Amino acid sequence: MSVEFSGLGLILLFPLLGVLFNVFLGARFGRGAVNLVGPGVMFLSFAAAIWAFVTLLTMPSGSALTLNLWDWIQSGDFHVDVILRVDALSGVMLMVVTGVGAFIHLYSVGYMAHDEDYARFFAYLNLFALSMLVLVLASSILLMFVGWEGVGLCSYLLIGFWYPNPEFARNGRKAFVVNRIGDAGFVLGMLTIIVTLARHGVWTVEFTEIGAHAAMFSTTAATAACLLLFLGATGKSAQIPLYVWLPDAMVGPTPVSALIHAATMVTAGVYMCARLHFLFVLAPDALNVVAIIGTLTALFAATIALVQPDIKRVLAYSTISQLGYMFLAVGSGAFAAGVFHLMTHAFFKGLLFLCAGSVIHAMSGEQDMNKMGALRRKLPITHATMLIATLAIVATPGFSGFFSKDLILQAAYQSGHFGLWLIGVITAGLTAFYMFRLIFMTFYGDSRVEQDKLHHVHESPPVMTIPLIVLAFFSIVGGWVGLPDGVLWGNAFVHFLEPAAGALHPTVAASTAVLSGVGTGAAAIGFVIAYLFYIRFPGLPMLLQWRAKGIYEVLLDKYYIDQIYDFIVTRPLFFISEKVFGKAVDSYAIDGFAVGTGLAVETSGEIARRAETGNVQHYALVYLLGVIGVVAYYLFLVMR
Amino acid sequence: MPAGLFFFLAALTVLSALGVILQRNPVHCLLSLVLTLLAIGVLFIGEDATVVGFLQIIVYAGAIMVLFLFVIWLLNLPSESLATGHLALKLFGSLAAAALLAEVVPFVLPARLATTQNATPLGYGAMDSLSQKLFGEYLIAFEVTSLLLLVAVVGSVALASRSPARRTPQGTSAAAAASEPPAGEPA
Amino acid sequence: MVPLSYLLGLSAAVFAIGVAGMLIRGNILVMFMSIELMLNAVNLAFIAFARNLGNMDGQVIVFFVMTVAAAEAAVGLALIISIFRNRETVHADQLTLLRW
Repeated sequence: MSVEFSGLGLILLFPLLGVLFNVFLGARFGRGAVNLVGPGVMFLSFAAAIWAFVTLLTMPSGSALTLNLWDWIQSGDFHVDVILRVDALSGVMLMVVTGVGAFIHLYSVGYMAHDEDYARFFAYLNLFALSMLVLVLASSILLMFVGWEGVGLCSYLLIGFWYPNPEFARNGRKAFVVNRIGDAGFVLGMLTIIVTLARHGVWTVEFTEIGAHAAMFSTTAATAACLLLFLGATGKSAQIPLYVWLPDAMVGPTPVSALIHAATMVTAGVYMCARLHFLFVLAPDALNVVAIIGTLTALFAATIALVQPDIKRVLAYSTISQLGYMFLAVGSGAFAAGVFHLMTHAFFKGLLFLCAGSVIHAMSGEQDMNKMGALRRKLPITHATMLIATLAIVATPGFSGFFSKDLILQAAYQSGHFGLWLIGVITAGLTAFYMFRLIFMTFYGDSRVEQDKLHHVHESPPVMTIPLIVLAFFSIVGGWVGLPDGVLWGNAFVHFLEPAAGALHPTVAASTAVLSGVGTGAAAIGFVIAYLFYIRFPGLPMLLQWRAKGIYEVLLDKYYIDQIYDFIVTRPLFFISEKVFGKAVDSYAIDGFAVGTGLAVETSGEIARRAETGNVQHYALVYLLGVIGVVAYYLFLVMR
Repeated sequence: MPAGLFFFLAALTVLSALGVILQRNPVHCLLSLVLTLLAIGVLFIGEDATVVGFLQIIVYAGAIMVLFLFVIWLLNLPSESLATGHLALKLFGSLAAAALLAEVVPFVLPARLATTQNATPLGYGAMDSLSQKLFGEYLIAFEVTSLLLLVAVVGSVALASRSPARRTPQGTSAAAAASEPPAGEPA
Repeated sequence: MVPLSYLLGLSAAVFAIGVAGMLIRGNILVMFMSIELMLNAVNLAFIAFARNLGNMDGQVIVFFVMTVAAAEAAVGLALIISIFRNRETVHADQLTLLRW
């Protein structure tokens, strides 16, 4: 049942006020005010979200809270209102976005303490929170698209935050353009849905109504819509082929990487698929495509992460890889499992990025892990929390990641995708390797820190470490809402999401214990190899690098994908813009036409004016010729 | 009038007309014009237009041509050679004039011009009938014409007189400058 | 009785000569004289027709034409004098102020 709940408006109102304050009054009121308002409005929004969520928990399963803000579009039969809706799915997303977001805002106070542009930063961050909340709370696909575009904009603004550096600005633009390609897919998918329903006389964009009329979709229509929408998801959630913007987005401030490119924005694609689960189940081919691309992306990104020296890049590719897992879950029909991993990932990946930021902050901006080492004495809290997050991401039993990743692999196996399951297991091993490689290179071993940076290495202030501790807590505990069936309260999370995201339909019976064992075993192997490479025999990586130089270079340069895209897409496009449209069409045709018209008038005028000699006799001659003509006409034709 | 007289007068007219346009000295041109007018006047009289013919000789050849002559003497115009100027213009001009003649002449030939000759009424061309017409049918035109003459007189006096400032016999530049209204800021 | 066509032919000839004079000569006084030639040719044509049709109207027209020609001559000569005073020339080739 749906209940009107005006508190939903507060959730959006606080970030909006934050934006307005930071934009117009931030510089005037100074750093202290901005540091208070920026995170402050997020915590207030979080409080409102808790209020809404708790209210939802007291209601029967399948209920929702709604709020109709205003009438938006009225065009004949097509009627769209701006409506916010909190059901089980958006409730979970809401808590993640506001909760994790609020703590990352708090962290940013410390991280950006030396930056002059603090007001603009928090303005953008609040604007992002507002857009993401619109995306999550939207009850119609059209409103979701508004939020979708908004987060894309904020991503561009925040990646290129330090825009005076041309490379940073370029990366921001790259993110936006690649996103746009995905957005085209999203729009076409949305239109397919609208048109398919309209053909049957139903004009709507509301999720609930699309779900109610899902039977009107033929398999072809559903497949088309889902594939197009998935294209949008590959853009937003960094899957093959549109993931290329995410690694380069790491040039933005680290809190941005944590919030946008780990915890929230990149998960929008998964959320969208879960929202439209009733459509995806009608298109098995689309689901297969989603699963395959997700798994391949997971493997692909993990292989690249094995050799990256930059600490943030490792985490970026790790994010792409984990998102691949989420889409594997979606493609296996286990939408709730994907959302579960989304939530735990927000905790531990957000934490990983914040810890990385802490390390970079301590290292005076150094991001190359080859120049780190033995930092665990100097950065105890950072080390401890990052270790917790690493244990979570490699799915150590008991930590949050274990329950969510396990559920995904289980769903993949049970829906019959054995090959994909196997790739998922291998990728889990790779994940363990590169994550522990990161930990060992950064915190253990011998110190390779440069001398001038060494004395500056210190732990971060509390305003930064408190969010780390909070997120570490949830990285452990956050998965305990989804225990395997039979243990304590079982999979409460998935059952809670069932009305909104569909139920799991296992087709293959399997022993969950065995499956978990295999997954954990793979992770353990990865850990052992990392230990051997970086603690026991530190010279081993260098040796392997030298022996397998070719493979190393390919992985280091990300399979040269960026160069390939540049060659196939960017260069031809620029060529067409500059040479064809710029030169031929613009310079020659259009300018030529404009200038040519003037030139034609001028030239004809110069030629014509020669008749104006000023000599009366010339005029008389012409007059005489006219007279001859008229007389001839009169005499020969009229006077027959 | 007898045909012989007509042909003589016609030849005289054409030759003196050619003299008007072909002679170098403007005074000679004028004298040729006078001769032309006289010949045409006699042709008028021959055609029973007695009053008009005498008017032609007295007014046209007598007064107007004298006016022309005075102006030529006043301006002291020199003779000029005909070979100067736009030769192309002269060539094309002559050709065009010849073309005009060529297209009109076929229509005035007797075969084409089929009109019946009416008998002239009694008193045709005499002073009486002319006056009857002028003061009867064409009275308004007559009065307006006198007004026209008045305007012409006033106009020509206004055009040709010098303004009081320009009394000096110096060139036109000084005259033009002096006749300029006082311009700009006072020096 | 002189046939009408002879007189008209004479009129046309004198008119053509006047036209040619307009175009050939550069001295504007001579051009003016050519105009007078044209006027007189037309007068001759009118008289010829008047006699042919037995109507006095043709002679009245000639009367008026003569009057107007006189007025026109007066004003035109005054203009020529004025031009000569300003430009020191009466040759048409040098009076091209209306040139582009």
